[in-house]
Amino acid sequence: MTPPNGTAVALRALVEVEERQWVKTLKRLAWRRTALFGLGVVSIVLFAAAFAPWLTPFDPLEQDINHRLKEPGWQTAEGSVHPLGTDHLGRDILARVIFGSRIALVVGLSAVLISGVLGMAIGLVSGYFGGKVDDFFMRLADVQLAFPFIQLAIAVIGVLGPSLRNIIIVIGVSSWVVYARVVRGEVLSIREREFVQAAIALGSRDGRVLLRHVLPNAFTPWLVVATLDMARVIVIESALSFLGLGVQPPTPTWGGMLADGRVYLSTAWWLATFPGLAILVTVLGINLLGDGLRDTLDPRLKL
Amino acid sequence: MRSYLLRRLWQAVLVLFGVSVVVFLILHLTGDPAALLLPPDATAEDVARFRKAMGFDDPVFVQYVRFLKGALRGNFGESVRHGEPAMHLVLERLPATFELAGAGLLLALCLAIPAGIISAVKRNTPIDYISTVVALMGQAMPTFWLGIMLILVFSVRLGWLPSSGRGDFQHLILPAVTLGLFTTARITRLTRSGMLEVLGQDYIRTARAKGVSEQPVVWKHALKNASIPIVTIVGIELGTLLGGSVITETIFAWPGVGRLSVQAIFNRDYPVVQAAVFILASTFVFLNFLVDVAYTWLDPRIRFR
Repeated sequence: MTPPNGTAVALRALVEVEERQWVKTLKRLAWRRTALFGLGVVSIVLFAAAFAPWLTPFDPLEQDINHRLKEPGWQTAEGSVHPLGTDHLGRDILARVIFGSRIALVVGLSAVLISGVLGMAIGLVSGYFGGKVDDFFMRLADVQLAFPFIQLAIAVIGVLGPSLRNIIIVIGVSSWVVYARVVRGEVLSIREREFVQAAIALGSRDGRVLLRHVLPNAFTPWLVVATLDMARVIVIESALSFLGLGVQPPTPTWGGMLADGRVYLSTAWWLATFPGLAILVTVLGINLLGDGLRDTLDPRLKL
Repeated sequence: MRSYLLRRLWQAVLVLFGVSVVVFLILHLTGDPAALLLPPDATAEDVARFRKAMGFDDPVFVQYVRFLKGALRGNFGESVRHGEPAMHLVLERLPATFELAGAGLLLALCLAIPAGIISAVKRNTPIDYISTVVALMGQAMPTFWLGIMLILVFSVRLGWLPSSGRGDFQHLILPAVTLGLFTTARITRLTRSGMLEVLGQDYIRTARAKGVSEQPVVWKHALKNASIPIVTIVGIELGTLLGGSVITETIFAWPGVGRLSVQAIFNRDYPVVQAAVFILASTFVFLNFLVDVAYTWLDPRIRFR
């Protein structure tokens, strides 16, 4: 057997250190009970969205006019129970809440991905090159921030027409600022570090320096921002649905269910209550997870 | 200081310019503003005549310049639905929106700053835990759900407060709480963390060592220095409040700009939408300029930049 050469040993040691870092991070995260709670909530919501059809015997779209507005826990003649009651068209509310998580998560994840990638790119370029490019993007950020967000979103969606695609695009394209600012701030300091200066001195091209050396080091704060932003996006999606500018009925959305429930507030409180609770718990879970990630990964990050 | 403020003023003008471009583009998103403004059953002839009359055949840049000239004079065209100048409609509703946003902000400041300070001073006590949990819930609670639940409890069940409309003080309570809760939660958490940071600084220890009693240390020495991030967040939250008014006004039938613009969207009344977005955005820019002025008073270091 030949002895392993020096480089391989060093590499393996590096990989091990890196792995240990991750395990450490996870352990530290697990120590924070609130973050663990958030992680639990997020896992449950993801699970519900992924396995929705198997979690409830009812079809979220199936109407049953004879059994409309039944209170939570109501039992049909055949013996099946509606744990959260039925809505004004006799649809099972629990089934609709479970299926509603799909729209929330799809919009949340897609919009965060769009704005996150956009913001990361702008932040990298802005922070790395500085000067006029930086000035331009930061003024653009000011313009973006000057708009009351919902106001702009409803105006644009009102013109383009409400659809899943349009909602994702509008939220995604207009949410890049916070990513760009945080990444830019990181890049400003990473740029001056030795390994970046060394890479530049060795003749690496800007693109390579940015992608191989700067980006990985700006990733952690980006992840924290993305997590917290996901909660905001879910609230905005439900707000748009609530106003009738979200994904259109009969597709179940939490905001749309709330809007329906609002009409029956005095007679059937459960219609508006449960989808709202779903939003509250989901958003709370994501926020707690995000706070935990920030405190563990990057305590100096001010968000 | 003068150059600092002049620079901020110039930036505000640039931002307003950008705002005007975006507001102009709203109508051109689909490529055919005439089709948006006319009813769907308009004949091709009507569309052509309308396009010519409105100048939609001109190059986009020419149209923008015309739009900007109008906007600077407060002319966004006539409301398709009401037949009045769009700007007039928006200005008419502006006081209601300011009243609501102002009440929300006042409520937030009155609750959040004391709560945040007490939380920080009594760190890790039950008071701190309760205030932190309430703040976390407040940040996660969607405005529209909170509003509906408040109506359910205080209007439908208890019958204590009116659920819609604008009028006396009682009408203001539920909408202001609904709109202000998120901001309250955010400022509470920020005040707490800001105070914790400042209370650990050397000059606080110095003040205490000199024998300054606890009250002035907290409320004078610490609060003034912790207030800079608070002022920043107030500037940002003004946008949240002005934008959030869309939802709150819709729920409580509050006759403000937010509700007007939602109705205008559904009526395809785009001049009103443009005027509303432009006015709210400009208001926000102006208020943030005032926030920048406030900085120079709070943080004397800025005056020399």
